Amino acid sequence: MTRPTTASGHKGLQFEQNLIFEQNTPGATAVDLPPVPVAKQRLGEVKRHTPVGLPGMSEPEVVRHYTRLSQKNYSIDSGFYPLGSCTMKHNPRLNEKMARLPGFAEIHPFQPVSTAQGAMELIDTCAHWLLELTGMSAVAMSPAAGAHGEFCGLMCIHAAHDANGQAQRKVIIVPESAHGTNPATAALCGYTVESIPANADGRVDIAVLRAKLAEHGDTVAAVMITNPNTCGLFERECIEIADAVHAAGAFFYMDGANFNAIVGRLRIADLGVDAMHINLHKTFSTPHGGGGPGAGPTVLSAKLAPFAPVPMVVKSGEGYTVEEHAGFGVAKQALGRMKGYHGQFGVFVRALSYMMSMGADGLKQASGDAVLNANYLMARLSAELTPAFAGPCMHECVFDDRFLKGTGVTTLDIAKALIDEGFHPPTIYFPLVVHGALLIEPTETESKQALDQFVTSMLSLARKAKEGRAAEFQAAPQLSPRRRLDETKAARRPILRWTPPASDKAQQAAE
Amino acid sequence: MSLHFTKDHEWISVDGKVGTVGITQYAQAQLGDIVFVEVPAGGKALKAGGEAAVVESVKAASEVYSPVSGTVKEGNAALPDAPQIVNEDPQGAGWFFKIELADAGELSGLMDEAAYAKYLAELSA
Repeated sequence: MTRPTTASGHKGLQFEQNLIFEQNTPGATAVDLPPVPVAKQRLGEVKRHTPVGLPGMSEPEVVRHYTRLSQKNYSIDSGFYPLGSCTMKHNPRLNEKMARLPGFAEIHPFQPVSTAQGAMELIDTCAHWLLELTGMSAVAMSPAAGAHGEFCGLMCIHAAHDANGQAQRKVIIVPESAHGTNPATAALCGYTVESIPANADGRVDIAVLRAKLAEHGDTVAAVMITNPNTCGLFERECIEIADAVHAAGAFFYMDGANFNAIVGRLRIADLGVDAMHINLHKTFSTPHGGGGPGAGPTVLSAKLAPFAPVPMVVKSGEGYTVEEHAGFGVAKQALGRMKGYHGQFGVFVRALSYMMSMGADGLKQASGDAVLNANYLMARLSAELTPAFAGPCMHECVFDDRFLKGTGVTTLDIAKALIDEGFHPPTIYFPLVVHGALLIEPTETESKQALDQFVTSMLSLARKAKEGRAAEFQAAPQLSPRRRLDETKAARRPILRWTPPASDKAQQAAE
Repeated sequence: MSLHFTKDHEWISVDGKVGTVGITQYAQAQLGDIVFVEVPAGGKALKAGGEAAVVESVKAASEVYSPVSGTVKEGNAALPDAPQIVNEDPQGAGWFFKIELADAGELSGLMDEAAYAKYLAELSA
């Protein structure tokens, strides 16, 4: 199938769009303003020698430019987005309505606390429900996102060991299947990372963990485990793991990125967890496409609670105050401040809206439906694909590439072909412990009809691959605005800054 | 000169007391196009099985482990600017670092070429 070329470069109603700087019509503007009187130059040597270089454009040109760019976006609002480990669930519009209330949207972090009591109550209420849902003793609300929450948890662990005269504890044990942020966080905190392999059914091998704890003795600071883990499996021996860790004098950090699979169904405190971050932007539905904003409040056990960072919202009498400084009042042993202001306040508003509109029964149903949807996909896709581990899974299912063996088609090719089918590809080549992994997380957002459409496409692709039609896969995507991008060149030789064409530079120099 | 392999797909070629370490043809093929390499600096002490270098491809970031204990003599300075050398010639110009062996006896715990070939055959079985 060859597609006609057009004189405009556009493909039907898919528009080709130059960069805004390349659409410059000097002098064009949205509104006519009176000429600005030229002030006396007081910048001395640092004065500008060239024009600022903003493009001249009319208002409709600007509107079209950004509207067309937005049409190139793929988002959960436009289609199925099964990116495993990312939890791309629907963000209810009620959340957005609440976040735009002037009392929440138009306040300033520096205004007197007495004039922002509603906002303080919201932070305190959000914290209250996070503690109710986890059974933990305290929560640090300020971490900006998941990895920052991990950092907060490990800093609290560090502070607790220091306070207990255990500063020699310099080792953090992390399973190989962990989120990459876990070892990165440990390294950033100055710890040495010791990894432990998964066992054949994709979970932490507790015998290996015990051996590792024995080997490193009183130098182990903590063990970090993601539960459900990145293979989409529940760590059934979580309580035994916690007991072994505590017996070694270490703390148990649980990565709570996958809390969405268990919220409302178990209490984190009952697992023996000392610290866990909660990705509000995953479990509690706040938007996070394009890298943010997230929020990573970190819940803490009684032993770690005294070290939680400032600021802390404190209920006093009828109102609220904020403890801003470590070393005072409730923050006597606080480790200090990790973030400016009060955390990701707009995300708190959305997360609390979600919690309160869902209620306890709704949250429980959400985690149940997320797990049900993933198991439905796992069961139906197993007709042609090869699951990496025996089910049942939790909120995501992972397939390896055994079903592609001998076809000449790779996991990457399947992902690209899915774009032609109108789906955002799932996460690929992660977790690293699964060969050629396809990690699929449907979330509770999707209906059975939506899941069935995805299954139809996936099964059709798997059959095509097995029929020896590798060339079609290697050419994919064929129907997208851009064909397959050169990811290698983009990583090796990225062009990060637009520079004007040489003719423009010459013209600017002449001016 | 002797050539040895690890289960993590590193190779070490030993000449006297100095070994040259890299990743195998199989490892580079599994990783795909390599986009970033970090090699250890000369003088760094390494333990057998300890992290020695980092390799990142379009698919994954991985550690490269030292097959033996010893002191790094030099890292391959060409790799950070031209990581594709590892794809093109993993068991030649794409070497990662040279190491002065602390204990040549550690080599006996590694695989020779025939044993590694057998190990790969088992992996893809």
